[in-house]
Amino acid sequence: MRQLLALFAAALLSLQAKAQLSIDITTSGGRQIPIAVVPFAGEAAQPLSVSGVVGADLARTGQFRLVSSAGVSPLPSEPSEVGFGDWQARTAEALVIGRMERQADGRVEVRFRLFDVQRQSQIASLSYVVPASQLRATAHRIADVIYEKLTGDRGVFSTRIIYVVRRAARYELQVADADGENAQTVLASDEPILSPAWSPDGAQVAYVSFDQKRPVVVVQNLALGTTRPVASFRGNNSAPAWYPSGSALAVTLTRDGNAQLYRVDASGKGDPARLTTNAGIDTESTVSPDGKWIAFTSDRGGSPQVYRMPTDGGPAQRLTFEGTYNVRPRYSPDGKLLAFVQREAGKFRIAVLELSSGQVTVLTDGGLDDSPSFAPNGKMILYETKSGGRGQLAAVSVDGRVRQRLASAAGDVRDPAWGPFGGR
Amino acid sequence: MKTIWTAVVVAIALAACSSKDPKKDVPVSEAGKGSPSSAAATPGAGSGTATKPVTQPAIAGSPLKDPKNILSQRTVYFEYDSNVVKDEFRALLQAHAKYLVENRDARVSIEGHTDERGSREYNLALGQRRAEAVKRVLTVLGVPEARVETVSFGEEKPEATGGSEQAWSKNRRGVLRYAGE
Repeated sequence: MRQLLALFAAALLSLQAKAQLSIDITTSGGRQIPIAVVPFAGEAAQPLSVSGVVGADLARTGQFRLVSSAGVSPLPSEPSEVGFGDWQARTAEALVIGRMERQADGRVEVRFRLFDVQRQSQIASLSYVVPASQLRATAHRIADVIYEKLTGDRGVFSTRIIYVVRRAARYELQVADADGENAQTVLASDEPILSPAWSPDGAQVAYVSFDQKRPVVVVQNLALGTTRPVASFRGNNSAPAWYPSGSALAVTLTRDGNAQLYRVDASGKGDPARLTTNAGIDTESTVSPDGKWIAFTSDRGGSPQVYRMPTDGGPAQRLTFEGTYNVRPRYSPDGKLLAFVQREAGKFRIAVLELSSGQVTVLTDGGLDDSPSFAPNGKMILYETKSGGRGQLAAVSVDGRVRQRLASAAGDVRDPAWGPFGGR
Repeated sequence: MKTIWTAVVVAIALAACSSKDPKKDVPVSEAGKGSPSSAAATPGAGSGTATKPVTQPAIAGSPLKDPKNILSQRTVYFEYDSNVVKDEFRALLQAHAKYLVENRDARVSIEGHTDERGSREYNLALGQRRAEAVKRVLTVLGVPEARVETVSFGEEKPEATGGSEQAWSKNRRGVLRYAGE
């Protein structure tokens, strides 16, 4: 598998996306953990500042405040060199030190240690021996460990995102690290690409292709680059949503007339099973993580609203009641929330519905926000927003306090989906 | 012409009444206001008298390509949140229906489009409704259903860019394309 991935990576070099995403963060309120990430010993001789990437990862969450190590001399890289008084004076509560060393075989050993400054105790210590090409991925893994130790939640720094970039009449489907770096084009087309959706294991993506001059649902294996149509029936085929098993997808088809929901096999074989029957539009499925429910958009009642029904069809229950436009639901990883798009006074914003209470909270203040997607730890929601007439990616914490904007240097960036844990 | 159109309107109204589709009878609140009228773009087009003999082959000199012919007009614009085909496009669709009835080899595809507001997938479905609404007008005017295809591009292929009602009104549309074009 490694070799295949390497081959794939080489094949992609020519497609390497030129425009990386850069990130702006705004936070309002909430406690931030003050943490010092000391430059690692030996880091200057390496192609990447691992401590820099770790610090940026943590800062980007809005849950950490980086404490400068300026004035501490010499900088510690071993436990015996740590003077906790230095860090207490700088109000740091956590401290990260480390070192990088080139091995005889050309690989690099990266060791880091995490300390509780108040208790003057070590919380974590890990070392990795990796090729230089894996240093960035290693930095994300270190940030994941630190994040989990200090917040209790799993970090998402090693996950990936997928989104569509449009430049003039050219569409590219790109996969990037969660920080927007390392963007790779996995598909390019002169026709629109819509609604990318990660398979539960992160190895495949489903999306809507217009290459046949009409919408068709295609599944692409990311490592191999192979594609197969999973829904290419008469009319429109769109809005793919994976079942948690990864063996089937819910899709929207117009093969029998109006847009309705169907289940198709992920292999693309067999006949689709019709899940809804009414005269309205049913679309934008999302399958609950426990596999029991499908939430979706329907205008069967006159205005588009979010409904849910048992996974294999059956009576649907309306879930949204405020306003006349609530669409495009997505389940949170724990199945307790739905993120969706709400129109209020002509503005389209991202909102979350708590399923147990029915309470709706609007999280964003854009005018044309769309395509919400939960991070796999459920803490952030990635979405599409418009700025200066262009689509851009943004993320907001589920409590609404932290906002990130992922600015692209060029093009219109849209339709993001946050990938699952693992999946590499 | 007027009586035919009335018949069409009645037929569509009946179709709408018999359907549970909530969007088919969306009232047009601002009909004719602020949206471009392609029927008015060509002098004399509104009467339908500009239609050239329809027996011409659909190649060089085709009436479909003649800018003076109403058949060169292909776009029907819609109000926001509506898939009601407005009166101002009746002459255009009558001319195309006549052409299709008289040219039995001609096939047409209707592309439905929306403006950029709202979710992409719901817009894809709304674009399909607009394409179907245009198709219904043609089939009521006698065009065999099998010769009219529909497809939606949702908000993906705007005619005009920009975040204003002026641009949006140009993007909410149905476009007729003949096979082979």
